[in-house]
Amino acid sequence: MRVVIAEDLHLLREGLVALLRAHGFDVVAAVESGPDLLAAMLRERPDVAVVDVRLPPTFTDEGLQAALEARRRISGLPVLVLSQHVEQLYARELLADGSGGVGYLLKDRVFNAGQFIDAVRRVAEGGTAMDPEVIAKLLARNARSEPIGRLTPREREVLELMAEGRSNAAIGQRLFLSDSAVGKHTANIFAKLGLAPSDDDNRRVLAVLAFLNGKQAP
Amino acid sequence: MVVLGQLVGLVMLVAVALTFLVGFVFVFPPAVRLTRATTGAQRRLAARWSGVTIDEPYRPTPPAPRPQRDGWYRDGRNLYKTPRIPAFNRRLTWMVNDPATWRDLAYLMLNPWAGGLIVAIPVLLVAAGLPTLLSGNVLGLLPAVIAVATAPIVVPWSLRVHGQIALGLLAPTEKARLAQRVSHLARTRIDAVDSQAAELRRIERDLHDGAQARLVAIGMTIGAAEQLVDTDPAAAKALLAKASEASATALRELRQVVRGIHPPVLAERGLGDAVRALVLDTSLTAHVTVDLPVRPDAPVESAAYFAISELLTNAVKHGGATEVWIDISHHGTTLRVTVTDDGRGGADPGRGTGLQGIERRLAAFDGVLALNSPVGGPTTAVLELTRALDSVVPPIPRWKSMTLGVCWGLCWLPLFPQGLVAMVMKLAGTPVKSWFLALYMPEALQWPTIVGMILLGGGMLATAVTLTNQAKRGKVDGCA
Repeated sequence: MRVVIAEDLHLLREGLVALLRAHGFDVVAAVESGPDLLAAMLRERPDVAVVDVRLPPTFTDEGLQAALEARRRISGLPVLVLSQHVEQLYARELLADGSGGVGYLLKDRVFNAGQFIDAVRRVAEGGTAMDPEVIAKLLARNARSEPIGRLTPREREVLELMAEGRSNAAIGQRLFLSDSAVGKHTANIFAKLGLAPSDDDNRRVLAVLAFLNGKQAP
Repeated sequence: MVVLGQLVGLVMLVAVALTFLVGFVFVFPPAVRLTRATTGAQRRLAARWSGVTIDEPYRPTPPAPRPQRDGWYRDGRNLYKTPRIPAFNRRLTWMVNDPATWRDLAYLMLNPWAGGLIVAIPVLLVAAGLPTLLSGNVLGLLPAVIAVATAPIVVPWSLRVHGQIALGLLAPTEKARLAQRVSHLARTRIDAVDSQAAELRRIERDLHDGAQARLVAIGMTIGAAEQLVDTDPAAAKALLAKASEASATALRELRQVVRGIHPPVLAERGLGDAVRALVLDTSLTAHVTVDLPVRPDAPVESAAYFAISELLTNAVKHGGATEVWIDISHHGTTLRVTVTDDGRGGADPGRGTGLQGIERRLAAFDGVLALNSPVGGPTTAVLELTRALDSVVPPIPRWKSMTLGVCWGLCWLPLFPQGLVAMVMKLAGTPVKSWFLALYMPEALQWPTIVGMILLGGGMLATAVTLTNQAKRGKVDGCA
């Protein structure tokens, strides 16, 4: 799997390159600035790009802008965005085109190599990987809204993991549930939220995220 | 009003005489207070009649005396048990030394005469005609007719003159204005330094109790794991897991601290998106509109952001609001933020330390907070930061600068040689035609050409002056 990495801190960049190589990824470019990132993404057309939000030369949201621009030019180009802080605003912008293949994680998540690699793979396959912190904030915002309030605690847990972008199997593993039990919970959640059920994992996640985001547009 | 002013003026004169000739100092402050009340009313009147706004010219009031360590109050070389006499002395010095006190007195004494003269003009006109009229001559009515006919012009004019007189004596002198400004700046500087120091202390405490302590713990845990790794690998593994968990917590805490210092999204996106991100983290339904042509300076942005953050917190915590409207706009160089919520209202800036904190923080940038929060809601807070934005005067459009150049560069040509000089030549009747266009014209068209040239030149000059003034005004607005 071909990867482009953008990270301005040398140590972290080297760490990411080593980690991904060790897990069998082919790192085709490791750049350290926004313009370089955009050029590399358009040139290499990687299977996935791992991008830091804050990059030189402006040290603002250069990386995020480059990623969004690349996705505008190459529709659905998978991008996993890493940041020192997570903002729902940015998550919303990444999800706005509704085509999936996006991830948005705190840099801390790199510590847990297994889960991080899992997230990279998921994004590369067109799935979603949202940071638990983003999802927690999203749910907190929606906590008072009517359909969310009707979910059972267990269903809320399933919804949380589902919104992070995990598959049924992964959710079952995390919550010690059988596949069929998870399937039953998801069916209930979709019924309560009034969403059309879907077998496609990716489409399901996007529907849930759109539902949570759409509740209260600023 | 005029008579009252004169009376107060006389009272003040008597008080001055009593104070400085007889030594009855105690009559001075009440007299001054009376004078100031009267001139204050006159200032408001001037604003209503003549449309001239006049600021208060007085120096800032002296601070209340503070007791020494032994509980006595020192005033010069004397010690007093109570603050009464030192406070009085300070007040007296303040009043006597303030030029505005004496200008007020001068105004009260002069105003009736100046005002009287203005009013007297039409009266005198009518009076002048009376003897003639009484002697049976109808011509005596003429001055009265003139007085009535010119009234529409004279009345506003005399009001304006009155306003100018009031402005001359009642307005703060440049010196007084600077003194007020200096004292304001000194106060806000102290506030700014204080709040900055408090902020630094808070950050220091957060780091000391939070991330720093955790890093120490992580170091110790890793050290323990290092010792156990050979003898008890399972325990070492558990310790390492604990260390990794602690590092995640430390990172989370550091993120909180960073957010409190300068939110990353503010640095990355500016005020508008930072506020959007902020409301996304609350349970409020928010409507954010942003109209900013440029990004304000970072400190201003930060002050506005934290002010909005505090207002939102208040709206949720004290007002129980569920919906909020935030409008960020600019007016010239002024940044204006309006925050309206549907909460219970009844917010009082005098009570909440949060609101006072906002006011202090904004004051450092000459910003103000206006709060309107009737009990039962809704609450509307408007904060304004003057000079927050760089001059956003649009550059002079191309056609304007072209016109300006042509008008300034060529207006002399039709005006002088082709207009005025040609006119003189024509009047003098010299046979020399030189290069004066008008003189080559047929006789009938010569005068129209000359007049046309003068009008053209004059018009160009007037256009140039008007455009230049416009551009200048734009610049002044930009930096005032």
